[in-house]
Amino acid sequence: MLSVDSLEKGVVIDHIQAGRSMEIYQLLNLDALDSCVAIIKNVKSNRMGRKDIIKIEDRVDTDLEALGFLDQNITVNIIEDGSITRKMKLTLPERVRNIIRCRNPRCITSVESSLPHEFVLADPERGVYRCIYCEQEAEMHRHGSRRH
Amino acid sequence: MKHLLDPMDLTTEEIDRILELADQMIADPDAYAELCRRKKLATLFFEPSTRTRLSFEAAMLELGGDVIGFAGADNSSAAKGESVLDTVRTVENYADIIAMRHPKEGAAKAASMKAHVPLINAGDGGHQHPTQTLTDLMTIHALKGRLGDLKFGRTVHSLIRAMTRYPGNRFIFISPKELKVPRYVKEDVLRSEGSRGYKQFEELDKTIGDLDILYMTRVQAERFFNEEDYIRLRDSYVLNKEKLKKAKDDMIIMHPLPRVNEIAAEVDDDPRAVYFEQVRYGKYVRMALIAKMLGVA
Repeated sequence: MLSVDSLEKGVVIDHIQAGRSMEIYQLLNLDALDSCVAIIKNVKSNRMGRKDIIKIEDRVDTDLEALGFLDQNITVNIIEDGSITRKMKLTLPERVRNIIRCRNPRCITSVESSLPHEFVLADPERGVYRCIYCEQEAEMHRHGSRRH
Repeated sequence: MKHLLDPMDLTTEEIDRILELADQMIADPDAYAELCRRKKLATLFFEPSTRTRLSFEAAMLELGGDVIGFAGADNSSAAKGESVLDTVRTVENYADIIAMRHPKEGAAKAASMKAHVPLINAGDGGHQHPTQTLTDLMTIHALKGRLGDLKFGRTVHSLIRAMTRYPGNRFIFISPKELKVPRYVKEDVLRSEGSRGYKQFEELDKTIGDLDILYMTRVQAERFFNEEDYIRLRDSYVLNKEKLKKAKDDMIIMHPLPRVNEIAAEVDDDPRAVYFEQVRYGKYVRMALIAKMLGVA
């Protein structure tokens, strides 16, 4: 059994669908951190069978709410003094910026490279996001939407 | 109103005020001839357009203002690789208001995020063209005297969305099955509180007798995957004198222009053909819009 030390202070991102931890690592730009980051893959889970976990021994400045866009089943625990001080409940964020790209070849983002790729939640019931420029529906491969 | 990107950016009350002002401008153009004196409109047209650009320019000149700008990306710094955003940030130092057309969808939205002067979307690819919708509303308002309780044939998507906000309208979508109105537009009609629903037909003859407004559109070659289908369907909805025999005397025929061959030239002299009047109303409604956006009326 692999052993990873428990955190004194930091963030634990739990219940990540097995195999998707690297995606989240990149989304949160964790490679830019100097602090200790553990990616634990294929952990046995009663609820999920297998899951991934990310432990970060630091404060994370990135907007963790954006994780709700990828998977609402992910749980985020904030650790201070060795215990959980806050559990974040993830919901679909109102806006997502530079997480997905607009695939519409006629969209202005296809020619203006300086523009951020930004989407707004157009239909919370169906979890539909639209590009703020061309209004094209985002093509997504999200997991674990609680509303479905 | 800071920018106009989508016809739905305007409330029905704001549209009413624009149409009222346009009515007054038609009735007494001299009273508005100096309204925009010393103001400049920049027309940034990154793709060719005859009607829309000239309509904006004529509108500003009628208001006593001046016009600067370019027609075609080849005549601008875009040809040197300048971004739309940089062009707008430059031009806003020269002009009080900008009308912009660009072939890419969402270009006006992107530009408006950086612009400090009011920006009007004069068409962004196949996405939005709010002053065409205002032109259509102005034409209907002027010639039918109302915007509600009307029965529409064909019709462009943005006008459908705008007209669902007025009570009692009915829509007849007439098209070959390859060019059917998309589901989300139909859902807009069904969701709207005021409208009285829609019907779909594949033939114009069967329904023309019921209509108050027949909105003709060009069969767009770019929407077909092969030329054979385009050629087959291009001529299937040609409006001619024979088909018009069944239409009501007070029906009006609108078209955003340019037409290709979907309206036979013999129809032009029919008093119900109002597409060139529509062009004139387009100028007046743009005058009213410019005046409102500049805050001078």
